[in-house]
Amino acid sequence: MSFLEVLYFIIPSAIFYAAPLILTAIGGVFTERSGVVNIGLEGIMIVGAASSIMFNLAFADQLGDATPWVGLLIAMVFGIILSLILAVAAVSLRADQTVSGVALNMLGLAIAVFTVKMVYDKGQTDSITERFSRFDIPVLGDIPVIGRMFFVDVYATSILAIIVAVLAWFVIYKTPFGLRLRAVGEHPMAADTMGVNVTKMRYVAVMISGALGGIGGAIYAQSIAGNFGASTISGQGFMAIAAMIFGKWHPLGALGAALFFGFAQALSVVGGSIPYVQDVPDLVLLILPYVLTILALAGFIGKAHAPKASGVPYIKGKR
Amino acid sequence: MSKRLVNILVPLISILLGLIIGAIVMAVSGFNPIDGYVALWNGIFMDTYTLGETIRQITPYVFSGLAVAFAFRTGLFNIGVEGQLIMGWLAAAWVGQAFELPAVLHVPLALLAAAVAGALWAFIPGLLKAKLQVHEVIVTIMMNYIALHVANALIGVISGGEERTEKIHESASLRSDFLETMTDYSRLHWGFIIALLAVIVMWFILQKTTLGYELKAVGFNKNASEYAGMNVNKNIILAMVISGAFAGLGGAMEALGTFENMSKLHASTGIGFDGIAVALLGANQPFGVLLGAILFGALKNGGLNMPSEAGVPTEIVSIVIALIIFFVASGYIIRVALNQFGKKRKEEK
Repeated sequence: MSFLEVLYFIIPSAIFYAAPLILTAIGGVFTERSGVVNIGLEGIMIVGAASSIMFNLAFADQLGDATPWVGLLIAMVFGIILSLILAVAAVSLRADQTVSGVALNMLGLAIAVFTVKMVYDKGQTDSITERFSRFDIPVLGDIPVIGRMFFVDVYATSILAIIVAVLAWFVIYKTPFGLRLRAVGEHPMAADTMGVNVTKMRYVAVMISGALGGIGGAIYAQSIAGNFGASTISGQGFMAIAAMIFGKWHPLGALGAALFFGFAQALSVVGGSIPYVQDVPDLVLLILPYVLTILALAGFIGKAHAPKASGVPYIKGKR
Repeated sequence: MSKRLVNILVPLISILLGLIIGAIVMAVSGFNPIDGYVALWNGIFMDTYTLGETIRQITPYVFSGLAVAFAFRTGLFNIGVEGQLIMGWLAAAWVGQAFELPAVLHVPLALLAAAVAGALWAFIPGLLKAKLQVHEVIVTIMMNYIALHVANALIGVISGGEERTEKIHESASLRSDFLETMTDYSRLHWGFIIALLAVIVMWFILQKTTLGYELKAVGFNKNASEYAGMNVNKNIILAMVISGAFAGLGGAMEALGTFENMSKLHASTGIGFDGIAVALLGANQPFGVLLGAILFGALKNGGLNMPSEAGVPTEIVSIVIALIIFFVASGYIIRVALNQFGKKRKEEK
């Protein structure tokens, strides 16, 4: 296998594995930029995964090809509902955000498995029949080298994830909404003085993270896992948070970090069939993404600064 | 109403609210909440066997809760308790089966190995945080995955390709005939005594030593501590190392007591992550952590009885626990309500 063929092989799978992480990490960027720490992304992804799979199983006959896409919407709705619990606790009731996030993870997993057991009378669902499928992008796919790397045999979800990341960058840095969002996360009192509704901004940001986290979980479930059980989502939400911090709370940074994680994951999954890589011990390939992340953080990325007001409830009139 | 009373009432009211909403969830899902809670109660207290299993379940939660709480007090969020616990588990299991020593030496040696393994695993994020200001949350998350894969690989090496390590020697075991006969052959072991000692040790370090004072000072305000002449970097590393040692001992409870070996893990044990919840319930105080672990372990173990006796999925217990944590965290609203209530009573008088 030539080097180019290896790239043709590994780049699409890297983006494929990265898609759920990208979306969830972008969700994390939104909340943290508004000053709310969302450790609960894992729980949101779990609920997204479970709801999309259950919907997919129930409606695959009626909806056919469109099922996974409608599943995304369903997951989005349930993600938003779950994230509202965090919003109420962390924004309105001034609860510790990390604490409520941890509780959200536990709640998300428990509700998802509880519902699955109640409906199917077992801990794991059957496999879905309607998955996301691959397709070729016309014109772009004909470009030599790059075309085959990025535009042939791609998952629509990969494209969706990258579009969302770019869109998030535009919204956060180029629109009045984004300016307000960042202001609320850096110095809520100043923003409040200028007439920005801090509570409303934070609610919206948390709900955006719920929507994106739900979609992220649904993509993972409907393209990678194929069914739902208690261990379907195990740590992807935390990886997304890592990607967000790795990307320095910037949507495109988070995109890059998530792609990197996806690449490392792809390497450990398909590495066995690539020359040279197949001689590396399994353990090295398995821990590579995590070791590289630590090294990258220690060596190249340098100090990362969270938004100033991240994790601090805003209490009106308090100095 | 006095502040002390409010501080006690908030968690109690939270537990009550959690149980009430849990009952509503059961009722809405078509189960009988009373049957459910009777099954839960029986799963905790029914006979000496279940009681023994409940105490066994509580033991590792005490350690993982202490580990999270200890780091919290220095302002560090150690999500890596899971990985440190896995390394401690492996170290204790290895020492337990590889050496032949009298029990007086073997048990302490295995415990020490577990504590050191956990401490070393926590030293890396501590060092990176202190020297390079790398976010400890990410590093500890990454270290969890590394621990999982490294431990699985090492289990293969130690056992010569098997799925689990050999059973530890009798001399390293924390189990005893006395406890087994007393609890109708449950897996209860002496670890709960060690857990109680660990609670006292944490209390002693934090309240009675200069080190503890400095660790808390760094947690309150880094800059002020530095200005007062404390070595902030050293304290950050120490806090992580001690936290990791607690986590490692939690792993030793599984290695020397519950399982007496270590099998390859497909995913996290969950004990480390639940430790976060235990610490939060206990307000990061050593004795609070003990109470949190008792509640958590009892509910978790009791929940196992719910599917067979009442047909309710065990996950209802996790739902209740998550709700309790939400209510404790949102204590502000309960405090406001209690204060209103207190004022009214004063006026009536």
